[in-house]
Amino acid sequence: MTETSPATKADTAKLEEESRSAAKARLAEFWYYFSQNKGAVVGLVVFVLLVLMAVFASLIAPHNPDVQYRDSFLVPPVWQEGGKTEFLLGTDAVGRDILSRLIYGAQFSLFIGVVVVTIALVGGITIGLVAGYMRGAVDTFIMRVMDIILAFPSLLLALVLVAILGPGLINAMIAIAIVLQPHFVRLTRAAVLAERSRDYVVAARVAGAGHFRLMFKTILPNCLAPLIVQATLSFSNAILDAAALGFLGMGAQPPTPEWGTMLAEAREFILRAWWVVTFPGLAILITVLAINLVGDGLRDALDPKLKRS
Amino acid sequence: MLRFLLGRLGLLIPTFFGVTLVAFSFIRLLPGDPLDLLAGERGIDPERKAELMAQMGFDKPLWQQYIDYVIGIFQGDLGTSFASKKPVLDEFMTLFPATAELALCAIILAVCLGIPAGIFAAVKRGSIADQAIMGTALVGYSMPIFWWGLLLIIFFSGILQWTPVSGRISLLYFFPQVTGFMLIDSLLSGEKGAFLSAVRHLILPSIVLATIPLAVIARQTRSAMLEVLGEDYVRTARAKGLPPRSVIGLHALRNALIPVITTIGLQVGVLLAGAILTETIFSWPGIGKWLVDSIARRDYFVVQGGLLLIAGIIMLVNLIVDVLYGLINPRIRHT
Repeated sequence: MTETSPATKADTAKLEEESRSAAKARLAEFWYYFSQNKGAVVGLVVFVLLVLMAVFASLIAPHNPDVQYRDSFLVPPVWQEGGKTEFLLGTDAVGRDILSRLIYGAQFSLFIGVVVVTIALVGGITIGLVAGYMRGAVDTFIMRVMDIILAFPSLLLALVLVAILGPGLINAMIAIAIVLQPHFVRLTRAAVLAERSRDYVVAARVAGAGHFRLMFKTILPNCLAPLIVQATLSFSNAILDAAALGFLGMGAQPPTPEWGTMLAEAREFILRAWWVVTFPGLAILITVLAINLVGDGLRDALDPKLKRS
Repeated sequence: MLRFLLGRLGLLIPTFFGVTLVAFSFIRLLPGDPLDLLAGERGIDPERKAELMAQMGFDKPLWQQYIDYVIGIFQGDLGTSFASKKPVLDEFMTLFPATAELALCAIILAVCLGIPAGIFAAVKRGSIADQAIMGTALVGYSMPIFWWGLLLIIFFSGILQWTPVSGRISLLYFFPQVTGFMLIDSLLSGEKGAFLSAVRHLILPSIVLATIPLAVIARQTRSAMLEVLGEDYVRTARAKGLPPRSVIGLHALRNALIPVITTIGLQVGVLLAGAILTETIFSWPGIGKWLVDSIARRDYFVVQGGLLLIAGIIMLVNLIVDVLYGLINPRIRHT
């Protein structure tokens, strides 16, 4: 078996070529269904713009987000009486440019989303695969632990975890990831249970594939669609929860230009300076809305049951 | 049915003990021991500390502390608040009606608007009305409600001056609490204007808390209706010439509502999490604000007790929803 005849080599090359074009066709099909949903395309465009804004924050932002202009406290936006052209969206109570803080804030929100989803996804998939693949006592134990996590409102549990770990952005992200993880565990487990007795899995097992190969290479790729949709929803949830923790003073700490923290700092000025409250929240809403639009589009494109309806 | 019920209860028991374990571990996982936290920066005399540790049972082995804790729970002892020196359960009981009143108003608002909106969107599928309703629902679903609350305050309390900014009722009114529900108590008191004041205080927080459940219920109702409207029995009902109203109301809606009821049940967790933010914004004296304040002032026995009670409520409501679901839908109970 160690020798490979030229014929088999050619076959392998052909097979690879075929699988590549199949992948291309699948991607084209996915894009076809995704682009049918206009909202999803708009969401994707907004999301890409946000990413660009975060990446090039230092080039776009007109001011340093932490510099306090002592002669410009609570300057209203430029179109209002008293506004200054150098501060398009006005300044906050200590004279910092709100637009620049919002632009830098995009970095934090997207970073939070990426880190939280990565932790929750990797942890959730691994635990879910183990539960669904092993069954028995391991499965029961894991699922009971997940039930316990889900018995608490997510924000409350995150708050309590942050109280244990100490306030701060990193700890807030860990707490939110722990809280979001059970959804991935449940989804993965359900998908694995549906797949594990299928013929191709049995065939792979008979052919001698080990546990890890069966779990990660054979079964996992076929369970990805619902996980991708859930990951998108978790991305927006993570941003919302992190902003909520920041708002309650348990997330990113001032003077970090995180949007929720900015709102918390602005609270006492709500009746005097509407702009310090309005813009950070609007930024959160637009970001979360864009991601949820993409999520809806992904679900339509990846879920074959809804596709035909 | 009995077997189904017992099965559900059987699943609940390990979860309940898990929840007690989480609440129990919470205080022990905090950096530093509880008494150092309590003493704060002033510090505490070692002798007095040992005495207090023994008094509170912190010197016993962990497993025994846990058993004592669980026994205490069954006797209604959830610890004592550092700040008020009152039992946690008593504090909870005084504050809970405020949260319950707010949450009930919010869920009623969400159901009364969400279900009709979802039905309408499904029936008029693809129309501008459908797109507008679903667009609004997605915005509501994506809403950072703490910001939404602040916006409403700016507009309705700041600019229009229609509603008060905080609290449950104007300080002008004072009457005994009978039910703990301000709307009912103010009516019972017979004081002029008290009921109106309670309503005006309740409106904005209810809208804020209802926003996400409303969006979820509208979306869920629409998709459940769409699924049912494509079924054969609906087509049959149409074919035999029934008016659209009875096809939608009688044949479609009753079946579409089954998943919607589950969704409504699941909103309890969303409501309690939302109450944390809503009550903080509107200074609403309920358990959400109580917990946030307690975390801020490190009153950890309150947090521990609150965790347990809130998880208990959510588990109880989920059980009730499960049982209701089994009652409506026999297919579930026999699987």
